[in-house]
Amino acid sequence: MSIRERLSGNEAVSIAIRQINPDVFPAFPITPSTEIPQYFSSYVANGQVDTVFIPVESEHSSMSATIGAEAAGARSLTATSSCGLAYMWEELYVAASDRLPLALALVNRALSGPININCDHSDAMGARDAGWIQIFAENNQEAYDNFVQAYRIAEHKDVRLPIMVCQDGFITSHAVENIELLEDEQVKAFVGEYEPEHYLLNSKEAMAVGPYGVPAYYMEAKRAQLEALKNAKQVALQVAADFEKISGRKYGLFEEYRMEDADYVMVLIGSAAGTAKDAADALREKGVKAGVLKIRLFRPFPAEEIAAALKDAKVVACMDRTESYNGNCGPLGAEVKSALFTAGQMPMVLNYVYGLGGRDVTVESLTSVFEDMKKADETGELGETYRYLSVRE
Amino acid sequence: MSKAVEIRWHGRGGQGAKTAALLLADVTFNTGKFVQGFPEYGPERMGAPITAYNRISDTSIRVHSNIYEPDYVVVVDETLLESVDVTKGLKKEGAIVINSARPKEELMPHLKGYEGRVYTIDARKVSIEALGKYFPNSPMLAAIVKVSGIMPEDKFLEEMQQSFQHKFASKPEVVAGNMKALTLALEEVK
Repeated sequence: MSIRERLSGNEAVSIAIRQINPDVFPAFPITPSTEIPQYFSSYVANGQVDTVFIPVESEHSSMSATIGAEAAGARSLTATSSCGLAYMWEELYVAASDRLPLALALVNRALSGPININCDHSDAMGARDAGWIQIFAENNQEAYDNFVQAYRIAEHKDVRLPIMVCQDGFITSHAVENIELLEDEQVKAFVGEYEPEHYLLNSKEAMAVGPYGVPAYYMEAKRAQLEALKNAKQVALQVAADFEKISGRKYGLFEEYRMEDADYVMVLIGSAAGTAKDAADALREKGVKAGVLKIRLFRPFPAEEIAAALKDAKVVACMDRTESYNGNCGPLGAEVKSALFTAGQMPMVLNYVYGLGGRDVTVESLTSVFEDMKKADETGELGETYRYLSVRE
Repeated sequence: MSKAVEIRWHGRGGQGAKTAALLLADVTFNTGKFVQGFPEYGPERMGAPITAYNRISDTSIRVHSNIYEPDYVVVVDETLLESVDVTKGLKKEGAIVINSARPKEELMPHLKGYEGRVYTIDARKVSIEALGKYFPNSPMLAAIVKVSGIMPEDKFLEEMQQSFQHKFASKPEVVAGNMKALTLALEEVK
């Protein structure tokens, strides 16, 4: 039985974590992720979970402690945002290269400066090459559902990598919306117990975690890490299929909305996708064949699958909620264009930077992107391909 | 597409406008609606102008943007009338509710020729009478429920009674005062 509720995204993720009842949760607060350890610490105090909750003095320490606990054999996680993730930087690479399937609840927020507490994806995108699985949500429901699925993906024997479960700061983290929760027992049964094959507290098997990698072995270690990350695609689909059986909610590597005959496709990540769907519906009523492709898994990047989904698109707009400072494209734009080129497909592609530091994203602003796509199609002229949306020039 | 009722709240940091928006989301959720309640965050500090929003709909809500053409506006602090364009985008078929003891005629010059319905409620008077302290959010919540007709008043009071009993489980003595604030406010909206 699902439970009809209304919760903010942070509350929803806290409840998912309570239902999972992980072993260790080291935490250091930073807006807008603070509420996750805050709510969770009340579950600890009330005896609703038996998780060891460790307040630490920085994000470098929270990730270090999470790594240490996971290496010891405990199912572990932490939460952060923005500069907190930046402060975890070297540890992110340690978690991935040590093949530790820990989880991080990332509530996306702009990196400084100017200092800003609001949503964009610059934190997650900066960490995109750290070797983590990255999974994104459109709303509180998806943030919850993704967290319930996270450990099953990360801990799978073919993967064994850390997972970053992302949602948009404030826009979903602090917005109360309807949600369907699963019963505690359903989540517990779905996630299962963590039974690591190799772990530090196993007295029968002495092992080292994170030793020096000499040039004769380093590259093979990195190559093996890539293989594990690539496996996460198939595993994520298997886990989603199992999740659908208990929830009725269907997930893939990405979501295709009105894509079957779409001429103009907007590719984007996170909370703006719902707004884009409203824009696409209104344009469809006017006869414009608009579609939306919403990324769920950004790492590993489902390049071949996305190229296949875009095979009939005339114009594609890639929406980046971060600046990459190369003067050419954003991270999503780069991935999508690379996927298309490799597949031998050459639709017209526009790339927009939007929504930085909480700049509001409206149905009207996203409609203007579809109109730009239509204009490019009708005139055959792309013009400037790397653009800013809703900015004062 | 969104056929949601859209509400914008104007208040000052610390007055509970965000809490009131979340309470409205709660109480309408309990009547089976799809809801959104969310604040717009700037540099948070006590006394700074803040905005909060509600969407309330019979169908699921996908849009994640602020609200620019609300059906209703609630002004929790009347001093904001001097500095914030509270009627901006407000639909003339809708209404504005202002927390003020002053007659409407004195407020109208700040409403930029707004043609829709204008209501006032003296939330200070209501709150002091019911609670002995000034907490404007409960009276303003009752006022917007009445003005918008988003749910029947008796259903609203019934839901709020349960909500307060849950919220104030550790201090049940304040439930009656808060309920009185709601009941008085429903009568005091002009």
